[in-house]
Amino acid sequence: MSELIAFLEPDRSVIDRRPAIVADLAQLLPEACLITEERELVPFDTDAFVSYRRMPLAVVLPETTAQVAAVMRYCNDNAIPVIPRGAGTSLSGGAIPQEDAVVIGVSKLNQILEVDFPNRAAVVQAGVTNISISQAVDGDGFFYAPDPSSQLACTIGGNIGMNSGGAHCLKYGVTTNNLLGVKMVMFDGSIVDIGGKALDAPGYDLLGLICGSEGQLGIVTEATVRLIAKPEGARPVLFGFESSVTAGACVTDIIGTGIIPVAIEFMDKPAIEICEAFANAGYPMDVEALLIVEVEGSDAEMDAMLERIIEIARRHGVKTIKESQSATEAALIWKGRKSAFGATGRIADYICMDGTVPLGQLSHVLEKTSEIIDHYGLRVANVFHAGDGNMHPLILFDANNPDESLKAEMAGNDILKLCVDAGGCLTGEHGVGIEKRDLMRHQYSDADLAQQMRVRAAFDPQWILNPSKVFPLDGRNGSYEDAAVASKDHGKSAA
Amino acid sequence: MQTNFTDEQLKDPGVAESEKILRKCVHCGFCTATCPTYVTLGNELDSPRGRIYLIKDMLENDRPADKQVVTHIDRCLSCLACMTTCPSGVNYMHLVDHARAHIEKTYKRPLMNRITRGLLALVLPYPARFRASLYAARLGRPFVPLLRALPGFKPMAAMLELAPSSVPAHSEFANPGAHAASGEKRGRVAILTGCAQPVLKPGINEATIRLLNRVGVEVVVPEGEGCCGALVHHMGREEEAMEAARKNVDAWTRAIDQGGLDAIIITASGCGTTIKDYGYMLRLDPAYADKAERVSALAKDITEYLAGIDLPAPVNQANLVVAYHSACSMQHGQKITIQPKALLRAAGFTVKDPPEGHLCCGSAGTYNIMQPEIARTLRDRKVKNIERTKPDLIATGNIGCMTQIAGGTDIPIIHTVELLDWVYGGDKPAGLPAVKTVKSGATPLEAAE
Repeated sequence: MSELIAFLEPDRSVIDRRPAIVADLAQLLPEACLITEERELVPFDTDAFVSYRRMPLAVVLPETTAQVAAVMRYCNDNAIPVIPRGAGTSLSGGAIPQEDAVVIGVSKLNQILEVDFPNRAAVVQAGVTNISISQAVDGDGFFYAPDPSSQLACTIGGNIGMNSGGAHCLKYGVTTNNLLGVKMVMFDGSIVDIGGKALDAPGYDLLGLICGSEGQLGIVTEATVRLIAKPEGARPVLFGFESSVTAGACVTDIIGTGIIPVAIEFMDKPAIEICEAFANAGYPMDVEALLIVEVEGSDAEMDAMLERIIEIARRHGVKTIKESQSATEAALIWKGRKSAFGATGRIADYICMDGTVPLGQLSHVLEKTSEIIDHYGLRVANVFHAGDGNMHPLILFDANNPDESLKAEMAGNDILKLCVDAGGCLTGEHGVGIEKRDLMRHQYSDADLAQQMRVRAAFDPQWILNPSKVFPLDGRNGSYEDAAVASKDHGKSAA
Repeated sequence: MQTNFTDEQLKDPGVAESEKILRKCVHCGFCTATCPTYVTLGNELDSPRGRIYLIKDMLENDRPADKQVVTHIDRCLSCLACMTTCPSGVNYMHLVDHARAHIEKTYKRPLMNRITRGLLALVLPYPARFRASLYAARLGRPFVPLLRALPGFKPMAAMLELAPSSVPAHSEFANPGAHAASGEKRGRVAILTGCAQPVLKPGINEATIRLLNRVGVEVVVPEGEGCCGALVHHMGREEEAMEAARKNVDAWTRAIDQGGLDAIIITASGCGTTIKDYGYMLRLDPAYADKAERVSALAKDITEYLAGIDLPAPVNQANLVVAYHSACSMQHGQKITIQPKALLRAAGFTVKDPPEGHLCCGSAGTYNIMQPEIARTLRDRKVKNIERTKPDLIATGNIGCMTQIAGGTDIPIIHTVELLDWVYGGDKPAGLPAVKTVKSGATPLEAAE
């Protein structure tokens, strides 16, 4: 199949050295932490952006930060590309390897190291799943707020790489707003600690730079995250509308009135059908669009906020309003929403877009999205974080039909450009990865990109960390080499 | 997910079915999170998504199985937690069954591995042989430390360790025949006697038959039924599994023809999962497809059946805290999650859900014999989680879990139906702790709260 997205040409000199590299890696790690048999490498050739695949040179699954550092130092010394991998749930292909690269997976680093309630913090290894942090502190009345839909499986290391969000980020912010510190292995194998439990870390906001850097500035092996006290109560309420446009307008109005619920999630009819089939959550089936609005706090607080929201919804002609009556019902409502992507697999293959738009543009972008999808003769299901203006059109296609696969990618590109043109950006929470890399120039000027690449090169002079991702391949000539040279020169003068 | 099969390959119905299953997988990775072996080993190759990919690669390339694929498929417990988690509806059970059959046909295992597996297939499904082997195991006990130190002999050591120190006498309830309902008859069911359970714990089916009779249900033990076939099926011995299935379908079909059946009652959930799959297993056999489907539709776990009928007022007071361990075959294989706990609560027990209840205890048929290290890690994790609920006893609905968990804790573990039989007027099950004294006048339900 012809592919729209190119990878860097694999470095033959690395591939030719493969037997020696494998032998060297075997010296650095226990046997159970090294995967080199061809058969066993196949399952690591992609992540959840399954349209693209590349075989890695080897996969290592270290059990300690020291092992990560040893492998990183070795790869840097030998100019071998490195692909960091969490749980492999990236929807933008952030963890897809390449033929000349060693994958460093953090799945064996899966321990919660410390829970510190007086400081409202937890220290966890990078391979700990997002949900297990909340599970570990649930009994004590706390939780970790960012909740990507893949929170059951995705790792905190991956969340930091992509600055992941989630339904409840409307109120609590995304990963970067809930991250207090990291232990990170630098390109040369040195180990640094950045941030910590105290507010605020001295110096530049390096954490802000690292969070969302897509594994290109280093490999995070431990994270200190903020714990938040659970509210007294939480109630998701379903609002059904006769059209996506009115539902979108209602969201704009709620936020514009100054109300910030915990979450405002949007589903259109195809998405409702998909999610209901899996979760039996009791979503209304006779509406064109559905908002899940969650309020939290004491009963009085929830009632007061709901009253205002209901009044706004009525003004937009809401057709049905359904409050969850029990914890079980609330859990089902969220189960359906959070399984939306996977559940789509029941009816079709999909790629999931992640553009953000200013809230005022929501209805306009939804309409234009439909036009784009119609133009390519495809189908779409919209399910997204409406309160944040973070759109997730799921473009449905048949992966065994090369023509449709290509059209799906092209439609995706058009939709993302639409988001940028509407004043938004390419990615809300899934990251640029490989998927949106070539659209970066639609978002940024060459000067912007060159500047970003200089920052990147300061952390990784040889560009061995996740090299095919984020920055367009054809824009790198000159600019990134300049950046690399500048950073090396700087290193010399400093020494 | 994209697949690459030729039209020629898809003519094989097994491959065609696997292709359909693979097409549903979107590679989202949710399944990794609830997979006991991934949680234990932290390697995607030992997760459902990794295995699905290994199987896909093997089938697409029409390749014989090899050491790597076999290693990771063998480590799969077939607990089916992935199927509960999967939002896309990937039927991992049928996919891995197909892969196991493919392995059995195309891969030559190392000698000791072949001997152990052969031995298990030769002995376990046959009660008389199994009983004899348990006596023999007592003689082998002193050699456990020696065997454990020898490569390839670890499964033998695990087998000897799992064997109970005493074997109950043969139960007449395991003999073919009919057990009439006492009082007004309101139903007629068949019961699966099975293979290992009647030897290890004949009390389970005795309690089931007594309880059903007391509530007006006639129970028949049909002539000619035997092991459900799960054991050999999970080893990839497809033909033997089909043979076992056909034999049981024949036996139950005769029982249906001779007086009708409301249900086929199963008291080991591992068997239940397989019998409910007979319809699929025999779908390509024109002589059996319809009959097998009828049997699968009639198959019911005892708790599923009891939940559908009226039970009398409790006779014995169940003032005890029960940790309910849901067997994987119960919660993931058959999706029976509410009924057993509801029945125990209605009977007066205080029921606790241990944390991480979705994770397997490591029993998984012959898994604790073939993969003793992983099985032990999972057992210890399970026991720790159960003990955190501070129960007086553990209730569960699968003989395999009972043997496995009992190996790691002193808390008594009793089959759900034995507890129910006792509460509703039957004998006190062996090992039941003393019931706490309740102030007179309080009903068991109030006392439990």
